Amino acid sequence: MGLLDGRRLLVTGVLTDSSIAFEVARLAQLEGASVVLTSFGRALRITEKIAARLPERVPVLELDVTDPTHLDTLVDRLGAHTDRLDGVLHSIGFAPPGALGGNFLSTGWEDVATALQVSAYSLKSLAMAVRPLLVPGSSIVGLDFDATVAWPLYDWMGVAKAALESTARYLARYLGPEEVRVNLVAAGPIRTMAAQGIPGFEGFEGVWGERSPLPWDVTDAGPAARAAVALMSDWFPKTTGEIVHVDGGLHATGA
Amino acid sequence: MAHSEQDVLAGLAEIVNEESGIPASDVTLEKSFTDDLDVDSLTMVSIVVAAEEKFGVKIPDDEVKNLKTVGDAVHFIVAQAA
Ligand SMILES: NC(=O)c1ccc[n+]([C@@H]2O[C@H](COP(=O)([O-])OP(=O)(O)OC[C@H]3O[C@@H](n4cnc5c(N)ncnc54)[C@H](O)[C@@H]3O)[C@@H](O)[C@H]2O)c1
Repeated sequence: MGLLDGRRLLVTGVLTDSSIAFEVARLAQLEGASVVLTSFGRALRITEKIAARLPERVPVLELDVTDPTHLDTLVDRLGAHTDRLDGVLHSIGFAPPGALGGNFLSTGWEDVATALQVSAYSLKSLAMAVRPLLVPGSSIVGLDFDATVAWPLYDWMGVAKAALESTARYLARYLGPEEVRVNLVAAGPIRTMAAQGIPGFEGFEGVWGERSPLPWDVTDAGPAARAAVALMSDWFPKTTGEIVHVDGGLHATGA
Repeated sequence: MAHSEQDVLAGLAEIVNEESGIPASDVTLEKSFTDDLDVDSLTMVSIVVAAEEKFGVKIPDDEVKNLKTVGDAVHFIVAQAA
């Protein structure tokens, strides 16, 4: 018996097979879930190819989380594949280069706005877009990078993650009465395409190498994905507005 | 499966052409993907994914930034497939 037997999931954010979302989709299928993927823009064709590397066939729908038409038509387009959702993975983040890499003091609002819209506000947009399909007991999970401190060079992406954390708490508050849970997995560094675009990423690898209580493997999205799968199962029935740290315990250490 | 450098270059040139529209004849060993061929990061991902499928190799995401020239990519694929 699988942890997600019979559950229907929508998984955003699969770009390559290193994507955290790819590992979530893979494990979810192995645990009995049926999965629909979304991708956007020029990444759509790449996601379609990568989807063929999953254990089971999956449909790939187009969804740019900043496009109102994509959001408004999502339920209809999902209708061909499922009449309800038990889980939604938000695995989306982006900040323009000018918002990262030590430019914090001179980044303009346009770049900051993009980072916030794609990386934080989109959690609310996605939740609202699929709300009619969410059944009691369903679970929304987002991917976070601990935003309680200021990291070197992470800059406005860090601010966007702080906004994501707060957005998740408010969503938990507003969707709780509908028995929809909203939680985040705060992952340690993993070498994905998004990570390649983060200027200080090698620095994070060093910090985790030195300070993480549990040995940390930057090439393994498995631990973060397992937590996301667990949160989308019915084994966290009364947990919402929570941030589960899958970071080897680094957040709990002082030095 | 082993591939010769020449086969890989020819195959890769075909992929670059399909994914970016750059004429296959422009895709030579010394060319830089970003500086000479104007390949952006998303196009590079699509080239990598297509190359993985064509040559039966695995090119990790964190390796992609080391593949600066066409020659780097050809040598990586030849070594992986050996
Ligand atoms: N890699 C890490 O070290 C790490 C650590 C903690 C948290 N995270 C978070 O995990 C999530 C997934 O990132 P990843 O590391 O797997 O990298 P990734 O590059 O594989 O995934 C990022 C995804 O965001 C999608 N995306 C960007 N803009 C979008 C838009 N407008 N609409 C829809 N999708 C859009 C991309 O298509 C891509 O699939 C992100 O939120 C990231 O911040 C990553």
